Amino acid sequence: MIRTEGDQLHVVTADNISDRRRLFGKSLIWGSAALLVLIIALQIADQSGRVALGFETWRPTLYAYVLWAGCVCWGQVILHGEHGKRSLFILPAALFVISMVVFPLIFALGIAFSNWNLSSPDGRQFNGLDNVRQMWGDPFYWNALRNMVWYVLAIVVEYAIAFGLALLLNSQIRARKFFRVAFLLPLMLSPVAVSWMIGKSMLEIRFGPIARLARELGWSSPSFFGSPEMARAMIMIMDAWTFIPFMMIMILAGLQAIPRELREAAEVDGAPAWRRFWEITFPLMLPVSVTAILIRIIFKLKLADVIINVTSGGPGGATDSVTSFIFREYRDRSNVGYGTLLAIVYLVLIVIAMTALMKIADRWMKPRY
Amino acid sequence: MSQQIFHDRESDLSYRPSWQVSRVAIYAVLLLWALICLFPIYWTITTSFKAAPDVMQGNMVPWVDFTPKWLGMRSLGFSPEAIFAESTVREEFLKRFWNSTVVAVSSSLLALILGSCAAYGLSRFDYRFGFMRNSDLSFFFLSQLILPPVVLALPFLVLYKELALLDTRIGLILLYTLTVLPIVIWIMRDQFGSIPTELEEAALVDGLSVWGAFLTIIVPIALPGMVAAFILSLVLTWNEYFFAALLTSTNAKTLPVMVASQTGSQGISWWSMAALSSAAILPLIVIGIFLERFIIKGMAAGAVK
Repeated sequence: MIRTEGDQLHVVTADNISDRRRLFGKSLIWGSAALLVLIIALQIADQSGRVALGFETWRPTLYAYVLWAGCVCWGQVILHGEHGKRSLFILPAALFVISMVVFPLIFALGIAFSNWNLSSPDGRQFNGLDNVRQMWGDPFYWNALRNMVWYVLAIVVEYAIAFGLALLLNSQIRARKFFRVAFLLPLMLSPVAVSWMIGKSMLEIRFGPIARLARELGWSSPSFFGSPEMARAMIMIMDAWTFIPFMMIMILAGLQAIPRELREAAEVDGAPAWRRFWEITFPLMLPVSVTAILIRIIFKLKLADVIINVTSGGPGGATDSVTSFIFREYRDRSNVGYGTLLAIVYLVLIVIAMTALMKIADRWMKPRY
Repeated sequence: MSQQIFHDRESDLSYRPSWQVSRVAIYAVLLLWALICLFPIYWTITTSFKAAPDVMQGNMVPWVDFTPKWLGMRSLGFSPEAIFAESTVREEFLKRFWNSTVVAVSSSLLALILGSCAAYGLSRFDYRFGFMRNSDLSFFFLSQLILPPVVLALPFLVLYKELALLDTRIGLILLYTLTVLPIVIWIMRDQFGSIPTELEEAALVDGLSVWGAFLTIIVPIALPGMVAAFILSLVLTWNEYFFAALLTSTNAKTLPVMVASQTGSQGISWWSMAALSSAAILPLIVIGIFLERFIIKGMAAGAVK
């Protein structure tokens, strides 16, 4: 999208903002900020036992913060008139995200370098780089990271299947609506329900229909979660089952946006279907494909629900994703410090990997246009 | 008059069989995949009406292989004879169901309101907050998508504990809003971008304020897109398990957590698990069948520029 400088929507305003109004706006913002700081100071003093004010929780700080955020928004309108109303569009969302992401992340950095067992009365103890050292020697964490690479690589297969299905849906077929709805349904299902429906009941070794089918086909004693490779493949299949529709729909939308003339021209020229696909459809679909795959990778990196509920990481950590591993780590030891450090390392790795991927995708696609 | 001028050549006629073969192949693949997609759902729903011997014998078709019984429904307190009686299971289930509904609907609504406003602002005005320009702001919002939930989970656990928000619906709603906000902004930015600015310019000339033009002119036009964004958020928040498992215990427990807490024990009866799973997936299946075009519209929004 080409953006010109300046607003898309020009508004001529004749705001006469008097000095009194400006003063009022400023005092509103700074006053509420001062109140916030005061309450935080009081709570800290109360917490450290210097003053006994009897605060049960940090709720007052939260209320003061909300009040301050409201005053900042209102103050914009008072201070800048019509221009302030414009920033009102984006300010609530920005404040919300900042308070929900940036503060907890800073807080997380603090927790990550401490030993904090929530069930013990000692509270938080700063322990420097101990957690990092522990992580370095934790084979299960590295194993989980390696598993994530496998899980992400499985996206290639998912993509191929999704592309094939999208091509079929885009061809001349009857009952297209039925197939589209049927193919979409797995995406709507909750991963927890899926892990029972497929992982626990259909793959059940004695009575499950899939095990029965496998026995019919000659596999005398089917076991789906016995060996590490098999278990990992099963997790991949279950996750693929729910998320293939997602990629399929994005690719289908891309296919429908390809101008009909291009394909017709190739048809008139007598190109066989296979070459038509590789030389026209596929290159034209590259941008959509890259978007779909990148989003799919992002979703894949959050994979946890199915693993937690079906295998809980087993056998021997073979199916662990980073998220499910940290979840278990917290459940078993209720130590927030170590888990947070692992999560932050994971975040850093993800950010590096995703930035590199996006750069590569960008460079790879540019010369074609 | 009726003399045929153009004749099919031999090579054209021989083309037909291969066309038919490909037709059959296409339908075979489509039907196979439809079976793969639908069978687990069918299996779950029928299993909730099976007694233990039916499960063990692997009976599939109701009334042919086995006679449906109300076992699954009874375990949730919904069978015909139990529906008017007091039932603790049913109350428990309804409470979880209600929790899920409240949390999913309100967080999706909140995300829709915050996200649409932000997306509209980003598509119409030039902002300068310090060094942040419009593209930086967009990136800031969308980059939240990359953030894995596990990074926020433990800090939020501690923070919520301090704020007494642990095991409350509000706490979950705020967190879910955060997780779906980038998706809403992504979809809505696209929607607003496709609406010509002349519309608002006309409204502004007629004396409406910026907000008035947004609410009375733009929102009605962008409504289909908003519905799409809302439904996508609804799907994601209804199914969310990870945060709910960590941050709720008794009061605010949602349906997925209830389902998951029963899968652990081996002795659990299949019909009741099947009934519970069906109850967890049915609302979204209904949404999927009736509002399919909105979901597809929403997901296609980002794909095609």
